[in-house]
Amino acid sequence: MSQLIKGNQIAQNEWTRVIPPTFGDEPVRKQAGKVVMFKLHDEETFTQKQIDATEIPATGKILLPLTVWLAKKESLATRMAAGEIGIVLQTHEPIEKLVEAFDDLNSLPVIAVYVQIFADGRNFTLGNLLRTRYGFKNELRAVGDIMRDQLYFLKRSGFDSYLIKEGRNAEEAIASLNDFTQPYQGASDDVPVWRRVNRSQV
Amino acid sequence: MYKYDKIDQQLVNERVAQYRDQTRRYLAGELSEDEFRPIRLQNGLYIQRLAPMLRIAVPYGLLSSKQLRKLGDIAKKYDKDYGHFSTRQNLQLNWPKLEDVPDILAELATVEMHAIQTSGNCIRNITTDQFAGVAPDELFDPRAMAEIMRQWSTFHPEFALLPRKFKIAVSGTKEDRAVVQMHDIGMEFFKNDNDELRIKVWVGGGLGRTPILGSVIHESLEWQHALSYCEAIIRTYNMHGRRDNSYKARIKILVKAIGIEAFKEQVEAEWVHSKNGPLTITQAEFDRVSAYFEPMPYETLPANDASFDTQLASNPAFTAWVKRCVHPHKTAGYRAVTLSLKKHGEAPGDASSAQMHTVADLADAYSFGELRVSHEQNLILADVKLSDLFTVWEKARAAGLATPNIGLLTDIICCPGGDFCSLANAKSIPIAKSIQAQFDNLDYLHDIGDIEINISGCMNACGHHHVGHIGILGVDKGDTEWYQVSIGGKQGNDASLGSVIGPSFSAEEMPSVVQKLIDVYVQERTPEERFIDTARRIGMDPFKAHVYAESEEVTA
Repeated sequence: MSQLIKGNQIAQNEWTRVIPPTFGDEPVRKQAGKVVMFKLHDEETFTQKQIDATEIPATGKILLPLTVWLAKKESLATRMAAGEIGIVLQTHEPIEKLVEAFDDLNSLPVIAVYVQIFADGRNFTLGNLLRTRYGFKNELRAVGDIMRDQLYFLKRSGFDSYLIKEGRNAEEAIASLNDFTQPYQGASDDVPVWRRVNRSQV
Repeated sequence: MYKYDKIDQQLVNERVAQYRDQTRRYLAGELSEDEFRPIRLQNGLYIQRLAPMLRIAVPYGLLSSKQLRKLGDIAKKYDKDYGHFSTRQNLQLNWPKLEDVPDILAELATVEMHAIQTSGNCIRNITTDQFAGVAPDELFDPRAMAEIMRQWSTFHPEFALLPRKFKIAVSGTKEDRAVVQMHDIGMEFFKNDNDELRIKVWVGGGLGRTPILGSVIHESLEWQHALSYCEAIIRTYNMHGRRDNSYKARIKILVKAIGIEAFKEQVEAEWVHSKNGPLTITQAEFDRVSAYFEPMPYETLPANDASFDTQLASNPAFTAWVKRCVHPHKTAGYRAVTLSLKKHGEAPGDASSAQMHTVADLADAYSFGELRVSHEQNLILADVKLSDLFTVWEKARAAGLATPNIGLLTDIICCPGGDFCSLANAKSIPIAKSIQAQFDNLDYLHDIGDIEINISGCMNACGHHHVGHIGILGVDKGDTEWYQVSIGGKQGNDASLGSVIGPSFSAEEMPSVVQKLIDVYVQERTPEERFIDTARRIGMDPFKAHVYAESEEVTA
């Protein structure tokens, strides 16, 4: 069971991530015989067949892939209005598609950014842009291959909740949110150190 | 040089604690090999052929004598009593134990050093001219900006996991010695017509499997925007660089794929949002950091020194050394000195613990306690009085650090190669040694004159073979080691990439191949021509004909 860190502590995960089914005929890219895990910018996330076949739980708070939301939003309008729907953005999906899909991004109670492999650092840029450029104020959740050693960077990139991957100790991981006390550079959470403190007095 | 304040010190101390815990979790089986790999790489730790290799950061190549002594002590205590200075101006230990690395980092932290981001897919050590601050042709001392950028790039949260490694070089001279065109970002500082400090920014250069010289993305950037502009470039790269194929993941591939104009448009569109924002470097911060790089307290000296002139007139060995290893200085009566780590028969760039201590002592006695590492893998004393040169030479010579071969054929740039590196296709150090043995005659070396031979053990090009006047690349053909030779590469303002002369050679053939290339040069050169000039003038064919003709006769 994946554990959620929110507000510097383990928290109850109220949100169920909806994952489209796989049929085995989805296009797979291979390189030297190995499946390529990273999708390129704007590459298709799910086939139409997968989107059509996605079962959406009738009740409760759900995190929907952006593509599924776009395909089914008419039928889900009341649940969206009730605050029961959050959106999952994958790291290869253009952020503009998410932004354009909503009149007000802050109508979403939560946006989750999904990484398939932790070496994919695009989530940091996405988090930063959602906070600083698009003014998203609600919960920004890191999901997917999330481990302790990304937490500090995720926090500085605007994330405030982290779904630690299964089998990892989330309680111990909390400490890494504060691995460093006084970072050098500006990020979504703060200005550069020289604007933060008077270094000639340190 | 820059001195840590409490903030810098706290950061490296916290890093030691963080990495200690990461190592503990790995050894306890809580982190898999795959998960630990990027973590240890971002701390410069490779798992190599025979042992781990730890790369220690030497920011923009600047060291204090205290730091060098500590490096010597660490090499003695945790390694086999020597270290290897790399083409990124860093120091590599070839035999540390994985379990000892946290302790090594703790020792480094006591002298304001670390191994942060010396490898991995992140912003690497920022490099610059080894003569920064003392070169007569310098327009701007780039070290303060290099330090500002070092701090900005250290644990940058957004750029912690880029598609691939990212290298930045800065330079402030007319004659580029920092090879800015070979970097992911190269920044050349200059003063415009109104005497304002500006930056010519290059992007998308790099060696490796696909060598490309950088393209100019900004002709004249105001210095205050250095960070916001770099962020715009790297953000664009982070989002759009390829991650599906590590051989195509460098920024150069992205720039080449969409073209510099389209890439520039994307960067400018990104930059609009951050230009003039909090990343804008303030004059106060620039001044604060610049204060650490004030000129040394030089004595007022005459331009000439009688004792130096006497030694020069009477001692040919000293004269040869001065000719190759002593460089001009901004300040009258001072010179910069290169201590050669290219003694014939030794691995290029290697220094023993004892040599590190000797150099630290020399720096204390004769060069204000500081020294530099050059990307040509030598050590530099930047501020030596003319009247001290003879003494420095004698002491350096006694320590095997005064081979008068700087810029000559045996001053070979060379990666650790297959003796150590698990990426290598072939060994490189024995090739360097065999070439040094072939040309072990100083008069002959001086007659051949300026030439750069660069050797890499694989196409990752740590030995910068593409820009060697003669470049040698180790290739792997069915479990045997072969060497591909190129000529016509060059670093500097008129940088060029070498062209391969033909089929590759065995290790045994390499000294005679180089010999034949030199023979063609010696025969064809005009009196003023360097090897590279002749190679550019007469082209590949005469070299090719001579190198391959005879080998065909032998086999015929």
